[in-house]
Amino acid sequence: MSERKGFEIKIKNLSKFFGDFQVLKDINLTIEQGEFVALVGHSGCGKSTLLRLISKLEAPTNGEITLNDVPVKKINPAVRYLFQEARLLPWKSVWENVAIGSTDRSKEKALHALKEVDLENKAEEWPAVLSGGQKQRVSLARALAGNPKLLLLDEPLGALDALTRINMQALIEKLWREQGFSVVLVTHDVSEAIYLADRVVLIEDGKISMDKKITLARPRVKDNNFAFFERLILDKVMKNDKESINEAADRVYSI
Amino acid sequence: MNNKFVASDLLLSWSIPFVVLIFWYVVTLGQSSASLFPPPSDVGNAVIRLMKDGTLAKNIEISSVRAAAGFVIGGLIGFFLGVVNGQFRLAEKILNTPIQMIRNVPHLAMIPLILIWFGIGETAKIILISLGTFFPIYLNTFHGIRYVDNSLIEMGKTYGLTRFELFKDIIFPGSISSIMIGIRQSLGRMWLTLIVAETVAAKSGIGFMATNAREFMLMDVIVLSLIIYALLGSISDYVAGLIEKRVLRWHPNYR
Repeated sequence: MSERKGFEIKIKNLSKFFGDFQVLKDINLTIEQGEFVALVGHSGCGKSTLLRLISKLEAPTNGEITLNDVPVKKINPAVRYLFQEARLLPWKSVWENVAIGSTDRSKEKALHALKEVDLENKAEEWPAVLSGGQKQRVSLARALAGNPKLLLLDEPLGALDALTRINMQALIEKLWREQGFSVVLVTHDVSEAIYLADRVVLIEDGKISMDKKITLARPRVKDNNFAFFERLILDKVMKNDKESINEAADRVYSI
Repeated sequence: MNNKFVASDLLLSWSIPFVVLIFWYVVTLGQSSASLFPPPSDVGNAVIRLMKDGTLAKNIEISSVRAAAGFVIGGLIGFFLGVVNGQFRLAEKILNTPIQMIRNVPHLAMIPLILIWFGIGETAKIILISLGTFFPIYLNTFHGIRYVDNSLIEMGKTYGLTRFELFKDIIFPGSISSIMIGIRQSLGRMWLTLIVAETVAAKSGIGFMATNAREFMLMDVIVLSLIIYALLGSISDYVAGLIEKRVLRWHPNYR
């Protein structure tokens, strides 16, 4: 790991309302420097909102988020966000897209970042000619071009096919290990979370319902131990589902 | 190989005008130049005659300069208003209603007023053409800017782009295909307005040439004027097409 450390994130008593609806309820979470944390949960549980709050795309209703003890007040150039779609600018060449990620828009840095995702030979192409996986790699390069201290990944692999996904997971892990930034990954894929993350945080109904360290050696293989963690987390997700179904049923009967 | 394609394209696009020319020649065979529909050879002679005394080149130049000046002024005003109203809700609230009111008065209906105010000089014609051309460019710029993919703007914000950079790198390029549609519509209105203005009140230009020829029943000159308008219109459309191809070269449909 390089000497350049990632951000430490401290989230204190964070809540977020959209109108009357409370998406996040009093979240407390600390993410260490250089840690890889996966947020899992059903869609609509608030995990993406949490990511948007960390990046300052949204403002919290209550509570505070600090990066290395500095409160998040505006969009931080050392925090990079990777969306589910690549969001490349179709009117800029691949390297120009990547250059947006570095503050001085340097071609040199862009080409270097492209090299890391193994796409330097596409630097002069238009994004339209790239495949879905290549586009997502370019957007990863764009995020890396600014030497981020924190990478926020909002299901960036969700739209990719299974084989491309496996490659991207390995690539993200490799770059994270080399560069030492912190990562918060939002995913609904428990297996992906366990493959990549130091810690898996389960968010249900706007609250953290599980926070589990994954104590498997890297690079991870899908053996029995892996299956144990996968089972543990899936059981938790499913059990709560059952309970809530029963609860709903009770409510119906009580009328 | 590429050249062959261009040549065959050119042949195809001019095939119908060529057939019409032959048809015209056959139908008017044996008619004298005093008839109501002169044969093509007469029109050809008129070209030679008018080129010799210099009036043809002079009138084409005058008309083209008028058209271009009005188009540039009207286009810039339309573009500027479109950008301002597209970017700022307040500006839209204030400006949209008066702009729509102006639009709903046909600009050609303003001719009497403009003639009284500005006489039959160049100013009147340029104002009329500006009035005719500003609206399509305004509307298409406005809509282009409003319908730029919001996810790209969000990406730009997370990457810390300034407001000006957002406009330069995302909003303007994203609306350029719409702006080009406005430019093409405006070109049509530009020629229309020019012809009407020169026919109603002018002492030079192609429209004047045609009106003047009517006084002396010079059918060949009248037909020639119409052909010149058709050619000028198709040249301007061709140039617009070239510009479009250039500025939208990133777009898969233009490759």
